[in-house]
Amino acid sequence: MVRIFLLLFLSFVTFAAPARADDSLAGFASGDYAQTQQAVEALAQSGNPRAVDILSALQASKLYYLPDQTLVIKGEDGGYANALTGEPVKVETSDDDDDAGPKEVRVNNNVRSAIEAALGGLQLFDSNPAKRLAAAGAVFTAHNPVAIPALDKALEKEADPSVKRLMQQARAAAVLSSDDATQETKLSAVETLRVRGDIEARSLLGALAGQQGPVGDAAAAAVSSIDFNLQIWSFAQSIYYGLSLGSVLLLAAAGLAITFGVMGVINMAHGEMVMLGAYTTFVVQQLMRAYLPGIYGANLIFAIPAAFLVTAVIGIAIERSLIRWLYGRPLETLLATWGLSLMLQQVVRSLFGPNNRDVDTPWWMSGATQVGGLTLTWNRFYIIIFAGIVVAALMAALRYTSLGLRMRAVTQNRRMAAAMGIRTPWIDALTFGLGSGVAGMAGVALSQIDNVSPNLGQSYIIDSFMVVVFGGVGNLWGTTIGALTLGIVNKFLEPFAGAVLGKIVVLVLLILFVQRNPRGMFPLKGRAVEA
Amino acid sequence: MKLGTSGYLTVALVMGVAIVLAVLNQMTPATSPLHVPTYVVALAGKYLCFAMLALAVDLVWGFAGILSLGHAAFFALGGYAMGMYLMRQIGTRGVYGNPMLPDFMVFLGWKELPWYWYGFNWFPFAMLMVVVVPGLLAAVFGWLAFRSRVTGVYLSIITQALTYALLLAFFRNDMGFGGNNGMTDFKDILGFNVQADSTRSALLVISALFLCLQFLVARFVVDSRFGKILVAVRDTESRTRFLGYRPESYKLVVWVLSAVMAAIGGALYVPQVGIINPSEFAPGNSIEAVIWVAVGGRGTLVGAIIGAVLVNFGKTWFTGALPELWLYALGAMFIFVTLFLPRGVMGLFQRRSRREAEADAPAAAAAQEVTG
Repeated sequence: MVRIFLLLFLSFVTFAAPARADDSLAGFASGDYAQTQQAVEALAQSGNPRAVDILSALQASKLYYLPDQTLVIKGEDGGYANALTGEPVKVETSDDDDDAGPKEVRVNNNVRSAIEAALGGLQLFDSNPAKRLAAAGAVFTAHNPVAIPALDKALEKEADPSVKRLMQQARAAAVLSSDDATQETKLSAVETLRVRGDIEARSLLGALAGQQGPVGDAAAAAVSSIDFNLQIWSFAQSIYYGLSLGSVLLLAAAGLAITFGVMGVINMAHGEMVMLGAYTTFVVQQLMRAYLPGIYGANLIFAIPAAFLVTAVIGIAIERSLIRWLYGRPLETLLATWGLSLMLQQVVRSLFGPNNRDVDTPWWMSGATQVGGLTLTWNRFYIIIFAGIVVAALMAALRYTSLGLRMRAVTQNRRMAAAMGIRTPWIDALTFGLGSGVAGMAGVALSQIDNVSPNLGQSYIIDSFMVVVFGGVGNLWGTTIGALTLGIVNKFLEPFAGAVLGKIVVLVLLILFVQRNPRGMFPLKGRAVEA
Repeated sequence: MKLGTSGYLTVALVMGVAIVLAVLNQMTPATSPLHVPTYVVALAGKYLCFAMLALAVDLVWGFAGILSLGHAAFFALGGYAMGMYLMRQIGTRGVYGNPMLPDFMVFLGWKELPWYWYGFNWFPFAMLMVVVVPGLLAAVFGWLAFRSRVTGVYLSIITQALTYALLLAFFRNDMGFGGNNGMTDFKDILGFNVQADSTRSALLVISALFLCLQFLVARFVVDSRFGKILVAVRDTESRTRFLGYRPESYKLVVWVLSAVMAAIGGALYVPQVGIINPSEFAPGNSIEAVIWVAVGGRGTLVGAIIGAVLVNFGKTWFTGALPELWLYALGAMFIFVTLFLPRGVMGLFQRRSRREAEADAPAAAAAQEVTG
């Protein structure tokens, strides 16, 4: 008996709830956008526990109504559930009569923004701060005045400072969109948005800036202040992109600065050394995945010395077998090494196939971080650091090691060096190996940002030569400054000229520069010039 | 002008083979064992155009010491000028049937012909542009480069940068030269169907004529007083300067002449292969042209023609029979020729004294040019 009573009671409750909400929900089934919008706003303020589900369903185009005005939500499996109770509903569909089946509640842009504002308002009270932050962001984007009461309530309770700040900004945005706010609140809202100072705040204020009166003036002042800030940030961002491109150029050119700059060998196969370095990274990753999965995250740390060794050994082999016969004949060296580069490409194509190989980016190199208005991608950031370390190590090696001393001696006066007991042929081979090894390390870095294919090197060879010639031959500082300058100039030209045209302009400028300064920015002085 | 045995032989051979191929293609029925298929005619025409490019490279590299790694740029520019004429000849027969605009412009939604396309429907103007545009580019580039004494490897690198910049530029759709796809689907040249066998044969003979003409001009230039000073500039530029000559003027003249020769080759190349696209600007193409000259023998002119035909014949054969191995063969050729055959194929034929053989290869070759 008690059970029957309980059953009756439960069924009463489940029936009673829809009866209460029906007034506000009738709008959904009206088929009229304005009424749907009112229904959304009414539902958001009703405090109905199912409101979030219903609005989410509406947002995802999954809210339907039956001929008897019952709202249903279409599930993943294609079945329907009563929107207010969540219980499954059996729906008759017939192919003959469209009116008999469930009809989708249609939305337009106004309704959609009302949904976003309402959903944002509802989730402002979530227990999870991340969700509250996302909700505040959504309210900010929607900036619908309807959300102001909800925001005020949420602000009272909010403890997390970053969520609170965003809520205040969202409130300011909503205040500015409302027609009945006082001038003072509007002015303080303008101030709040000015402090926010990003492109969204600018577009909100920009809409007001044309208005008469103090609010319009304040908004116009805020817009110009934001514009100034944004310009500074975008300037900084361009510098960062330029540094990043420049460090890539520097890595590609550093090895060439040794082989071409110090030894005077035109190595057209230099790009292929970079390519081999990238493929070494690929092989190291494959090996570590197979044999050392525990420390797979550190694969690049292993790939750097591996690439250096592989390419340095290949470089020494090339010097001993080919280049040493061609010293003093730079144009012939150019042709022979070009032939070599074609063969190396074909070898790699035969071994690894003509397609791009997948080189992983370790977890600590993916993603980005935000510093003020700057977006710093981690892989680019590490490449800048890596380029700095490589060049510093190279300079130190030339300056402080015994090998570096002998290298410099041979460059300055080969016969005198030989007379002092330096085995110049071996120094030549080791120097060439060093340059090639550095190119290989560049390949490790480039494998993180470029496609690893047999053609990888070709796209860098002209740039690398231009960097070395621009910076001044035989001068690592010149190469460094040359690479960074070229990178930054390139990135600053891009907004005006586009990426491809920017590159063309840089090439033309470089051609003109070489005409004026045939020996680069920092030419070697003295007799070496005429050699 | 003394042409020498090799010179007469080259002219006779080039003209003879071209005429024989054309006649056999036209006069014999397709069933005859003597019949030459049209694709062979087109292929031969292509080789002769490459030979013009090689001749142009040899003129500057062999006799003025300017190693250009961007000569294919002039070749391609000449080709583009011809391509623009051929595009305008399509008229309403294009896919979109627009009487003024080439298909790719209609496709990009352009409404008017860009100003730099005006006049290209008129054959004499187009031919003038084939010569003027690359010549002008070469003149400006050369004037800037030679005046400031950019020489040797540096010059090679900036010529490569030049062709690379043009490659990037022509890839852009906004340039109005067909972007990535370039220009193709040609119909008529001077009212004759480009695809027809008779047109192909005629183009082959015309290419042979132009090649011989260029060969004679080049031979005339290098045998003249001007040519001797050029060789002096090549061997020791500073000494020539101290003797009172202006090396930059000599280099500039020969550089522009060479660019024009390459451009004519390019213009004849396009109707025979039926397409021109930005990949013709690829730096690799220019370097390949240099190896044709090196294989044939630098500073011999005849060698350039031989090298271009030989290497391209090899390329056709390899890419048909062993496509995997072509790059190995080409790469090995670069290395082998520079290490073991500095005087190229021509060096094998030339009798020379022991002393000459030990001297610097191009200098020795040039000395023979001058005396014999």
